[in-house]
Order: sequence, then structure tokens, then C-alpha cells
Amino acid sequence: MSTATLPSPRPGTLKRFVERYPFLPALVIAFVLLALNGLYQPRSISFTGITGLTKTYLALMMLAIAQTYVVYAGDIDLSAGAIVSLVNVVIVVMMEKMGGTGFSVIAALVVGLLTGLACGIVNGVVVAALRLQAIVATFATSIFFTGLALYVMPVAGTPAPATFWRTYGGRFFEIPFVYFAVVLLAVVLYVLARTRLATQLLAVGDDAQAAFQSGLPVTRIRIQGYALCGLFAALAAFCITGDTASGDPLVGGKMTLFSVAAVVLGGSALSGGFGTVVGSVIGALIIGLINSLVFFVGTPSEWQNLVQGLAILVALMAGVLVGRRARA
Amino acid sequence: MTATTQAVAAPAPSPVLAFLKRPLVVALILIAALLVLGEILSPGFASAQQILRLLIVAALLGIVAAGQNLVILGGREGIDLSVGGVISLSAIIAGNVMNGADSAILPAVLACMAAGAFIGLINGMGVTLLRIPPLVMTLGMLGVLQGLLVVVRNGIPSGFAAPGLSRFVTQPFLLGLPGIIWLWVAIGLLMAFMLTRTVYGHRIYAIGSNEQAAYMAGVPVKAMRISLFMLSGVFAAITGICLLGYSGSSFANVGEQYMLASIIAVVFGGTPLSGGKGGYTGTMAGALLLVILQGILTTVHIDESGRQMVFGATLLLLMLFYGRGRAMRG
Repeated sequence: MSTATLPSPRPGTLKRFVERYPFLPALVIAFVLLALNGLYQPRSISFTGITGLTKTYLALMMLAIAQTYVVYAGDIDLSAGAIVSLVNVVIVVMMEKMGGTGFSVIAALVVGLLTGLACGIVNGVVVAALRLQAIVATFATSIFFTGLALYVMPVAGTPAPATFWRTYGGRFFEIPFVYFAVVLLAVVLYVLARTRLATQLLAVGDDAQAAFQSGLPVTRIRIQGYALCGLFAALAAFCITGDTASGDPLVGGKMTLFSVAAVVLGGSALSGGFGTVVGSVIGALIIGLINSLVFFVGTPSEWQNLVQGLAILVALMAGVLVGRRARA
Repeated sequence: MTATTQAVAAPAPSPVLAFLKRPLVVALILIAALLVLGEILSPGFASAQQILRLLIVAALLGIVAAGQNLVILGGREGIDLSVGGVISLSAIIAGNVMNGADSAILPAVLACMAAGAFIGLINGMGVTLLRIPPLVMTLGMLGVLQGLLVVVRNGIPSGFAAPGLSRFVTQPFLLGLPGIIWLWVAIGLLMAFMLTRTVYGHRIYAIGSNEQAAYMAGVPVKAMRISLFMLSGVFAAITGICLLGYSGSSFANVGEQYMLASIIAVVFGGTPLSGGKGGYTGTMAGALLLVILQGILTTVHIDESGRQMVFGATLLLLMLFYGRGRAMRG
């Protein structure tokens, strides 16, 4: 209230900068965490250490991106983790059935992408076309997808063929594969950010009624957002399969809430209409860096989860507060 | 949305249809239908003893859903994702404080309720004073509580229920019904009274439907919202205590399954997540509906995978009966 009475000065350079790049606060937090990691364990910021971190958290980054596109439109997807589980078991079973050859890997990846896409469209239809409340409806679909995953693979443990995980963990021209994946991802995100869909999703999230009245097909746009979410969830599943080298029908369950946290950490508004995918990627990275820092600091093992939880809560609060200040 | 378009768009619905479309009526009809279905699929499903068991399980869910209901009614995207963590924590606190002694039940109950209220206080302060969205705040709190559970579990044994508490939850107490069902009925009556007859209750609907107007009318919006989160914590703590009595000893993350179940019970009871309308009577029916559905699925002999698929699909189907969003109109 007190600020309203003050003469409002021209917004500072920093403020305008944050307004334009809402993920900046997250980036600063990420760098501080990275420095702290390096302070406590110098090897963690070596090339090998960073590669390992990327390899482990690329899946969460992908899922955070997936979640961002639905959050753009003011929706939420609580089934994202279940889609990861389903795609994980589908591709592992398929690669195993087809003998684990190079061709089988490619065929399985195509089927995996289609599975993710189908799940996303189901979510979109349920939430946007049938107009059910996103939180409860995607929770219901997550139960359904988990059931499907359990049908495809009742118990965890089927290994992924060596061709697959050796590629994911391997090197090409002395450069680890994950960096190629990251560069490719960056290109895809750059292109997506310039498509009409990204703008339309933000418009719907900002004010669905206004978007509708200006002639946007709101229902179709929201379904497309969920479809995009399904595709990126499938990519997350590929990463997690490369990392764990096996199938597990429950592998993604825990990731859903982390993906939501990563989106908020990245400065996007859950109410929709405002956000960046880059922020969500950094948000996922922050979660990864917090987890490794808590470990490197030498926290007793039973306290690690608590400290991680507290650190993420504080970071979430900071993300929301800074993000709002930037938009105000 | 002018008066003329409204008059054209909405012809007066027949009173019978309007009655049948009320969420509570829908839920009760569905409950009856599911009981018949259960009895057909597996004879004995709707026997008095089975129904009693379902009622106990429904009471556990219904009590935590009462708090969830209040937070959701309060609007501004109110939701409490931390209830599962509070339930688990409460079960372990109760188990350790009473440790099998009837004389320690009262201090255990007080300790759990204080813990629940405290967690709710933090949630409420984050939501109101720092204006963190409830989903984010309670999600972060859930992470903290899950970490806290690991610490607590490594430090102390899980403890076990006092015989008096177990009797309260599982053995007949009055008119053949165990104490927990009477507790649930009492909570139901209190909630109904509070929501319809007290200033506090009216204020909940006021801040849920139009926070700005409520603020102008002198409702202490922030204090109200904090109190709702505290009540949610207390109700979750009570469910945690009863859950300990139901299972005898607490085990890892007993409360986890209640997080989204409590939200679904509220939605099935006719309270939309947008808040401001609905009530607890419907939620009680919603909790019962959810528990009976799960009961049927456990009795029928199908794989876990099939069970989950049917459960998920049925939930979606049932949601179609309840407050669907409004279609976009130019």
C-alpha cells in the first residue's frame, strides 16, 4: 500500500531486464548453487561432474518443459509423471521384443512419442473439451495411465538394450551425447517459442474469455498444449530410460510434483499467461543442484530429504515473490 | 451476460430435474447403484458388516476431506496438498506419545492437533502474507514434511496404538457403530451448522466467492484464510490419529493416498475447486462414494493394472456428473 503513494519512478534497468527475462532470478539462484557445489566439492563442477548432473536431470528438465506448455494456458497436468512411466515401459518392452537392434530402438522411440502424444490428447480432451477441472481430471487420467503401464510391464526390472543406454551415456567425437541432446532441445525450444501455438497458449492463459472473443479456438489450443506436454513427457521418458537403463511402471510417479515445482521456480505463473520454458529448465536444474549440494555439504543421510524439502520451499517462495515483483 | 440473454438461454428447469441434479442427490444415487453393483459382482458386498467396514474407511477419508473442503471453499485457488504429510506425521506422533497406553491418548491427540494446526498456520501465512499460491505453498510443505518423516522415523520407533484408540476406530461403541463413525457424524453436523448458521461460515463463502467484496465488508480475509488452513491441518491430524487406531501401528507414508483422494471427495460432493459454493454434506457422500468404488474394485478379481484403469476411467466418468466448467460464449 505504501508504494502506491510514492511517486512512481521510471522502472530501473534491472527491473526492466527481469521483466523481459523472467528467468533471471532463477538463473542467479542456479549459479549461486553451482558455485556452492564447487566450493564443497570441486569435482562437481568439473566437466565430468556437470555431464553427470545433466545426464541425471535431463529427464526432469524435459518434464518441466512439458508442464510449462500446459501452465502457459492456465492448466496443469498431474499425469505428466504417469505418462513418463507408461512411455518408459512401452519403449523398453518394445525394444526387448524386437531384439534390441538399432532399428528396434528407432521404432520404439517413434511408438513412444506417439504414446506420449496420445496421452496428451486424452488429457486435453478431458480437460478442455469435456471441461473437467484440470487438477482432478488429470489425476484420474494419471491413475489410468499408471494402470496401462502396469499392464505393459507388471513388475519393474526389464533391462533396456545396451545399444540404447550406451548411446545415451556415450560420447561422439569426444563430446558426451547428452550435450547433443541439449543443443537439439535448445533449437526445438527456440523454434517452438516462435510458433503461433506458444503465443496462443499464453493468450488463453492470460484471459481465456478475451482470447475466445478475439476469435481464438480456445478448446483446440488447450488440447494442443496438452498434446505438446505429452510429447515432451515422452522425451523425458527417453532420458530416464537412458539414465536408468531399465523399465519401471512407477518410475515417473514422483516426478510430477517436481515438474510443477520446477515451473514455479523458473518464474512462470501457475495462473497462466506468463512464463518461459527456459525458466522451467533452470528450475529443474535448481532442484538437481539443491539435491547434490545437500549431499556434498555432508548432511547426515536421514536429514537430507528434510533439508532438500526446506531449500526447495524457500526457493519456491523466492521464485514467486521475485516473479511477482517483476510483473507488478 | 445481460438479463435478456440469460432469460432466453435458461428456461426454468423442472423441479424434479433440478432436484436430481443436486450433487448430494447424484452422489447418493450413485452410492446406492454401486452398492447394488457390488452385491451383484460379489454377493455379501452389501452385507451389514461390509458396509460398516466401508463406513470406517470412509470416515477416515471424510474427516481429512472436511479440512480440504474448508480450504477449497475459501477460494483463491485454495487447495491443501500437504494433508497427506500431516496425516503420516500425526500417525507417528500419536504412536510415540501413546505407545500403547490408554492413559496417554489425550496428550497424544492434543500433540497431533497442535502439530497439524502449526503446519496449517505456516501454510496459511505463506498463502496470505507472502501471497504464495496455495498449490505451490502446500506442495513445498509436503516436501518438507516428507523429509521430516524420514528424520523422525530414523530417530524413533514408529510406536503403536493404545487399545482404547483401536477400540474407538474398529469396535462397536453405540448402536453397533464404532466411535469413529459417531465422530464423523458429529463433525458433519458441526460443519453443517458452522457453514450455514454462523458468521464464520458465512464469511468462508464470502471470501470464496468474492474476496474483494468480503474485504470491503470488513471480513478479516487474511485471518480467515489462515484459520482455514489451520483447520485443514487439525482435521488431517485427526485422520492420522484414527488411521493409527485402524492399522495398529504407523508405517511409512500412510497418509500419501489421502492427498488427492480428499480433493476428489470434495469435488464429488459438489464443491468446485474454484470455491465459494458447495458444502460438507455432499463431501461426506463423495467420500463414501469413492470408498465404495475402491471397495468394489478390490473385491472383483482383476489384475492391479486392470483395477487402476477401471478406477481412473470411472473417476473421469463420475466427474462428468459434477460441476463441469462453463462453455465459452462470445
